[in-house]
Amino acid sequence: MATEAKAHELVVSVSPHVRGKETVARIMWTVNLSLFPAFLMSVYYFGPRAAFVTGLCILSAVLSEHFYQTSLKKKSSIGDGSAFLTGLLLGLNLPASVPFYIPIVGSLIAIVITKLLFGGLGYNVFNPALIGRAFLLISFPKLMTIWTEPTAQFVAMDAKTTATPLGILKEEGMAKLIEIFGDKADLYTSLLMGNRAGSLGETSVIALLIGAALLLYRGYITWHIPVSFIATVGVMAWAFGGNSGLFSGDPIIHLLSGGLILGAFFMATDYVTCPSIRKGQIIFGIGCGAITMMIRLKGGFPEGVMFAVLLMNCFAPLIDRGVKSKMFGAVKVKKEQKK
Amino acid sequence: MSKTATFERGIHPKYHKELASAKSITQANLPQRIVVPVSQHIGAPAKPTVNIGDEVKRGQVIGATTGFVSSPIHSSISGKVIAIADFPTSAGRMVQSIVIESDGKDEAVEFKEHADYMNLSADEIKTLIKDAGIVGMGGAAFPTNVKLSPPKEKTIDTVIINGAECEPYLTADHRLMVERPREVVEGLKIIMKSLGVKEGHIGIEVNKPDAIKAMESAVSGESNIKIWPLEIKYPQGAEKMLIKAVKGREVPSKGLPMDVGVVVQNVGTALAVYEAVRFGKPLIERVVTVTGNGIKEPKNMMVRIGTLMSDVIEQCGGLVEGAVKVISGGPMMGFAQWTLDVPVVKGTSGILVLAEDEFVSTDQYSACIRCGSCIDVCPMGLNPSILSIYAEKGFYEDAKANNLFDCFECGSCAYVCPAKRPMVQFIRLAKSQVKP
Repeated sequence: MATEAKAHELVVSVSPHVRGKETVARIMWTVNLSLFPAFLMSVYYFGPRAAFVTGLCILSAVLSEHFYQTSLKKKSSIGDGSAFLTGLLLGLNLPASVPFYIPIVGSLIAIVITKLLFGGLGYNVFNPALIGRAFLLISFPKLMTIWTEPTAQFVAMDAKTTATPLGILKEEGMAKLIEIFGDKADLYTSLLMGNRAGSLGETSVIALLIGAALLLYRGYITWHIPVSFIATVGVMAWAFGGNSGLFSGDPIIHLLSGGLILGAFFMATDYVTCPSIRKGQIIFGIGCGAITMMIRLKGGFPEGVMFAVLLMNCFAPLIDRGVKSKMFGAVKVKKEQKK
Repeated sequence: MSKTATFERGIHPKYHKELASAKSITQANLPQRIVVPVSQHIGAPAKPTVNIGDEVKRGQVIGATTGFVSSPIHSSISGKVIAIADFPTSAGRMVQSIVIESDGKDEAVEFKEHADYMNLSADEIKTLIKDAGIVGMGGAAFPTNVKLSPPKEKTIDTVIINGAECEPYLTADHRLMVERPREVVEGLKIIMKSLGVKEGHIGIEVNKPDAIKAMESAVSGESNIKIWPLEIKYPQGAEKMLIKAVKGREVPSKGLPMDVGVVVQNVGTALAVYEAVRFGKPLIERVVTVTGNGIKEPKNMMVRIGTLMSDVIEQCGGLVEGAVKVISGGPMMGFAQWTLDVPVVKGTSGILVLAEDEFVSTDQYSACIRCGSCIDVCPMGLNPSILSIYAEKGFYEDAKANNLFDCFECGSCAYVCPAKRPMVQFIRLAKSQVKP
């Protein structure tokens, strides 16, 4: 009978037999897409060089993952979009003026050392793009801190160099920073739009927020890390960032400049290297914020987001171990045991 | 309608109830042959009381209980016992089964009716339920009389009838509530009486407005029975989740509903209880939803226990070209079948046939990326991600320390996992390797 003829072709597997439509690739490519506005603004402000640097990062990241895996006779996983994302994030974290070998070296460190040698996606301890950048910053401190001025017309002018707002704030103080940008309102507007020196993708807060909104809407990230991270930075900047005692700092400057927005929404939220329990993510975010501000205010670098996230990456497994989500029926068991 | 009740977390799969939700329950054909496993329930298997060659009638006991947690089995047709041997069952195991060939007459034994059933004592009710072989018909198949006999130190104050039917596709309970609401309510009243409980509740997900309406009118005048519209969310029909939604009580970890004074019974069970106590009818047939895009004509059918799935599928027009998976039960917790020659048993709520477009291959999965989706949906508040990682690496004791045994395998974690990890499989593996 027809029914019997079919029976031997039936698939047998463990329940559940239906699955949601989310896949790793879908998530990763959406994150890539969400960074597109920031990428576009980087090209707008820093010219074709921005596209070259970011493109080279992506290309080297994808190729190094592909050839590493195929040479080990493993299945290439570049289709999942995570190598692309690492390259993209690294590119957006570099200055526009870096020579061509910087993106290549950075991507190799990020993909091969930080990700693949630890076992590939899911097993890496640290955010690959940030390790790539940290390696570059320490190995090529000069090249990594030459900041070109934004031109705001999709073309590269003669690369005029300048300092980042946080650099000016650290070296010359608030008054100088305001003076350079005109007045306070101009300063805020420039920071919001991205019309300032800095890493390619970090400057345009507005573009980053558009991308972050997409991720939040899709549920790929939640508010826990970004909000706790940013709020901690804001509170600490207000409390300790001023010259006239406690609570005299300007939190807005600190929130809008440096890599905070890029870091809080796109780097600290990296699934693999942040805690997976929401409560733990708040601890993680506060830790990121606190370390960021310690470095910004007291450390040797003007910016601290990268080191803050990397340091907190170390603690992610520990946080996950220490923080347990509330289990159904757990409270009552405790009560009974006490009796 | 008041605000819908629910529990924390859970998932929203596609329900596909429309395939069968409007199909009235039809009587399946008298099967020519039935295969009745001696173990269709949790607990000790029944012991065959007939021999090969014996003539039996519909409703006749063919297997007797062998312990307190056990259930007798009955013939659902009249005919002759032709074999007593091990046969495959829908849960994947070989189980001793009694095979009866129909004589086509469908003669029944005499059933003892109780027109004054509400005047029976609690013990009389429980005996009738036990003798009728009634077990939980939502799938777990725990003997109902045992559930109705809690130890003395447990005070039961509430009975909840589970009409959530949160498993996608399935509509058997839905149809019963629409078509036979009055009998379901009578069943609830009998259950309440047997437990000496004053408070009855019926929880129904709001995707069954006609069922809610029918049940509302069936309980009008019953001031101590309340209908609860429940949020559409899986696994709303899990006992612990249902109790949380309706009573706000949390069954303690490793505990049972009776620890919070509640007994939950499925809609089908309530009907079976009514029929057993009122008419003396044993559990020899049940409503089965035959559905999915892989079946030609989805139906809700009253099927005799022991009828082969192949026989039921045949009566629904057979499988479509490209049907890939046949599941006993729902898509979230049901069992995939390797043969269709397995019998419908007391716990078979549905036969779901998935076509290619509904089928997801789970051969390829990747490492956990720790996105935390599974933690966000786990109704028990567990960390399925870490459980699956521990199980995958063989760290079973660590899995146990992370509350492995609180998992009831609803599959929500696997449903949302973007890496397509076989979470339930990992968790079952770990459970099989350590003692609870």
